Amino acid sequence: MQLWLIPILPLAGFVINGLVGRRFSRGLVSAIAIGSVVLSFAWVLKAIFGLGDLNSRYVEHYYTWIASGSVNIGVDFAVDRLTVVMLLVVTGIGLLIHIYSIGYMAHEGGYYRFFAYMNLFMFFMLVLVLASNFLLLFVGWEGVGLCSYLLIGFYFDKQFATNAGNKAFIVNRIGDFGFSLAMFLIFKNFGSLDFTKVFQHAPGASEAMLTTIGLLLLVGACGKSAQLPLYVWLPDAMAGPTPVSALIHAATMVTAGVYMVARSWPIFIHAPSAMNVVATVGIATAFFAATIGLVQNDIKKVFAYSTVSQLGYMFVGVGCGAFSAGIWHLMTHAFFKALLFLGAGSVIHALSGEQDLRNMGGLRKKIRWTFLTMMCAAVAIAGVPPFSGFYSKDAILLAAHEHAPWMYWVGVVTAGMTAFYVFRAMFLAFFGEYRGKEHPHESPPVMLAPLAILAVLSLVGGFLFNIPAFLSGVFPAREAVEDSSLMLISVGAGAIGILLAWFVYVAKPAMADSLASGFGWIYKTLYNKYFVDEIYDAAVVDPLVSGSRTVLWKGVDAGLIDGSVNGVGARAQDVGSLLRLLQSGNVRSYATWVLFGSVVAIVAMALAGIGSTGGLR
Amino acid sequence: MNLLTLVLIMPLVGFLASLTIPRRFPQNSRAWALAVSLATFAQSLILLSQFNRNTASDQFTVDIPWIPTPEIHFHVAADGISLWLVLLSTFLTPICVLISWKHVQDRVKEFFAFLLLLEFGLVGVFIAQDLFLFYVFWEVSLVPMYFLIGIWGHSRRIYAAVKFFLYTMAGSVLMLVAIIYLYNRTATFSYAAILDMLASGKLTFAPGEQMLLFLAFFVAFAIKVPLFPLHTWLPDAHVEAPTAGSVMLASVMLKMGTFGILHYCLPLFPVAARRCAPWIAVLAIIGIIYGALVAMVQPNMKKLVAYSSVSHLGFVVLGIFSFTQMGLDGAVYQMLSHGITTGALFALVGFLYERRHSLEISEYGGVATVAPWLSTAFLIATLASIGLPLLNNFVGEFLVLQGTAMTHFSWTAWAAIGVILSACYMLWMYQRVFYGVTAADVKRHMPDLGLREWAAIVPLIVMMVWMGVYSQSFLPPVSKTTARVLEQTHINVPERVELREKPREKTREKTRGETEVAHAR
Repeated sequence: MQLWLIPILPLAGFVINGLVGRRFSRGLVSAIAIGSVVLSFAWVLKAIFGLGDLNSRYVEHYYTWIASGSVNIGVDFAVDRLTVVMLLVVTGIGLLIHIYSIGYMAHEGGYYRFFAYMNLFMFFMLVLVLASNFLLLFVGWEGVGLCSYLLIGFYFDKQFATNAGNKAFIVNRIGDFGFSLAMFLIFKNFGSLDFTKVFQHAPGASEAMLTTIGLLLLVGACGKSAQLPLYVWLPDAMAGPTPVSALIHAATMVTAGVYMVARSWPIFIHAPSAMNVVATVGIATAFFAATIGLVQNDIKKVFAYSTVSQLGYMFVGVGCGAFSAGIWHLMTHAFFKALLFLGAGSVIHALSGEQDLRNMGGLRKKIRWTFLTMMCAAVAIAGVPPFSGFYSKDAILLAAHEHAPWMYWVGVVTAGMTAFYVFRAMFLAFFGEYRGKEHPHESPPVMLAPLAILAVLSLVGGFLFNIPAFLSGVFPAREAVEDSSLMLISVGAGAIGILLAWFVYVAKPAMADSLASGFGWIYKTLYNKYFVDEIYDAAVVDPLVSGSRTVLWKGVDAGLIDGSVNGVGARAQDVGSLLRLLQSGNVRSYATWVLFGSVVAIVAMALAGIGSTGGLR
Repeated sequence: MNLLTLVLIMPLVGFLASLTIPRRFPQNSRAWALAVSLATFAQSLILLSQFNRNTASDQFTVDIPWIPTPEIHFHVAADGISLWLVLLSTFLTPICVLISWKHVQDRVKEFFAFLLLLEFGLVGVFIAQDLFLFYVFWEVSLVPMYFLIGIWGHSRRIYAAVKFFLYTMAGSVLMLVAIIYLYNRTATFSYAAILDMLASGKLTFAPGEQMLLFLAFFVAFAIKVPLFPLHTWLPDAHVEAPTAGSVMLASVMLKMGTFGILHYCLPLFPVAARRCAPWIAVLAIIGIIYGALVAMVQPNMKKLVAYSSVSHLGFVVLGIFSFTQMGLDGAVYQMLSHGITTGALFALVGFLYERRHSLEISEYGGVATVAPWLSTAFLIATLASIGLPLLNNFVGEFLVLQGTAMTHFSWTAWAAIGVILSACYMLWMYQRVFYGVTAADVKRHMPDLGLREWAAIVPLIVMMVWMGVYSQSFLPPVSKTTARVLEQTHINVPERVELREKPREKTREKTRGETEVAHAR
């Protein structure tokens, strides 16, 4: 099926634009970048239709990447139904965002660089989802992290942007530390990193070992998918251009952790305590991030914390064993969150760079299409039936209730908060009076068209694509639980959230400020994101840097080690001044010196030879 | 003439001939060095093409009596490890000539002559099969490096050169004593003969004797690696050395140490090596973490890269003392990868120095705006250095860590912390040098890569990608040889230290068969 074409096409786009894109016109650059993604998307469709019903995995082997001892890692791609979902999300949403970027980046410098990085990202993301063994998945995993780093720091003359890039890479590395240890353990126990073999042998391993592996995998997933306690990089990642936030930091890359856990379900299913930790981390993150999202004023920050929170839901899903529900939410979230970000980008574009909700207002009449499309995303994420978010969130909450009722209730409260913060942002931006100075203008059709498509998907995506049914053969079967009262409660929580936001921000606009001052310290704590960044700096970063400087470098290296050879060092100075006499620059004198050394050695040898008594026994 | 000898002799002939070039034609000295080093590289490529990848035995062997009493032979041969190290040396020498083209304006003739002499010494170290010959090459390589640092270095060059010299000499004296002791016991310098005696049981060491001999060799090699806490000569030597000196030092000379451990310490003294393994692994792990932490706070780019070498070479040592096929393969791969990557980093730091005349990170900022290609090349080398998959270092690090995990998972867990830290120090440096607002000073003095610089850096980047994407071009000969080394470490080893790794049984059987075939010949 030539699956390799799927990632290679964007890679070719990256290579062409990266090497010679600077000399191309903008039209040519975008034609190459988007053309490569179109072809890749087309090849995905062709492959899917060519492969039939895909009830079993289809694997292609290309070549041996690393072979040593018992290790044999192949560059192998595989497709099953889970991969199909991921491929369609990645190439489909990716294509829309590439098209949108033509308009969004039209007035920015580094146009070719932007599209080159975006294509490189597509390559690595596709490798990640196509990989047929853990190490190849890790290649994509690290590669998307690199592209994230490059694109967060796209405006590299801005210190906050490059700081955010470094932070993203390093926090992800902490996660990758866990992931790589998990891989080493997997290989040690199963003698392979190949999905098929590992998952075949997984049931035979001890539960303690599987739990360890599962928890280490979770550490990796927490880094990539921005879960507690490693979520701190994602809000800062908004320093990148908005299409990047939509593609990488909402729709695709950050869901890689969820995908990885779902893919490794045969390991997790036999490690129930690890599963429980996954679900707990997910629900805690969902709640925690949602509270921060309630009070942020930067429109992208609101959506960033929303992303962290929604990823938490996905973890709840996979952690409760409802793998397909997690993947379902992954897909619907890709629709509506990409749309929210692209819409936010359209707003920012309309206001020439303004991101502060306090300087917006009343935009619904001025940028009508942006407003309408974003509204579709808002109702979807708020869980209003029958739009996409409702289906997937409901499936997750039902599974949570089955797993542990308290998780369901926390999830319901979080759903209420979600509806509140999203509609708060919508009302602040689009309702009331316009509070800014810039003259708003609607975005060009090239940006609006992707918004419209995503709006349709956000509305009907959940209803149209029944992922649990599609993936029923991939994951272990679960009994379908239908409980309409639970469903009604969560829908009700969403409705309350929307109404509350309406009341506070539209009906009585003065109330927001009085609430903020009324709950002064709570508001401050939330607004400052629980001071987590400050705590990490004070507890980890600063001690590490200053300790390395004063204790290790100045103390151990310069003081202890060099100090103890100081006597030698002082003598060395004398010898040095002696040797300087020899440095005449005359090569013959150096040659003499070499010869002299050899003679000394040979004499020493000869002396030893005389002293020797035959040696051999 | 034997191909291998040709590769060895060409730089020496080039060195001698270059002495006759009149001092007033510096351009001729440069051109001659480039021609000789390129010809040597071409020759070594032929060597590579003729190398039989299906055997673990020594190839291209030449054995000629040199000195009758004591009996010293000119005995050279290549195996799957030394082959690549020879290629690394011959590959990097022309690149060093290119990067020194303009950088060196003083005593040009001598500089390029020393570079060729250095190449001769390095190639010799890797292929010598006679212990005395090995020692001679070991010292020969030391001398030109000493002068490269001492004459063409920066302001504290004499201090650094002497420190380098004394540190290394202290180690080599120990090694010389051990070599002479071995000669007393065996009446031969031939490494192959000594190994045969060990294999056949004609030669055995008492435990204490073996331990002392092992330590004498090991300390000499550990200084060269350098293993914590014997590393403090390295940052000074690197900071003061001219660019080409730094490149050769980091890329090839440090590998003399790890090569020595792998090629001599393990086969000769397997019991002592295994007994010391936990201690050495601890030092290697300390080196990995400590080197990374100290690198993080360096204000000087070259010092930063130097400390990163301490960290990276820690992985090599760890891999070797895991006593697993993967660990050893990974160690060799990491040696080669580090040679390419760190060579590129030093070359690029040298490019920056030629423009701005400073190695201080704080003197830079915003270079990416004015020199995008230079920045891109530096970024790729940075990513390779922090072990990004599809670039060379990843393969080595993966194999080392996986190999170590097979026997000691806790070692792996500690060492993997170094992978996190490498991202910290490299990306932080990259941010401060290349990102941010371009200062006026930087803007004035920062042209992008010139043609000569392109020619030097592109081959390195190609190798980074090639080694990262398709390791099968390089690993199989290495595996053959490391399997042989591993096999040798089973000789004279009491049963109780038998390896724990099971899946390797098959390879061991296979190589044993091959060694027997080799012996039968």
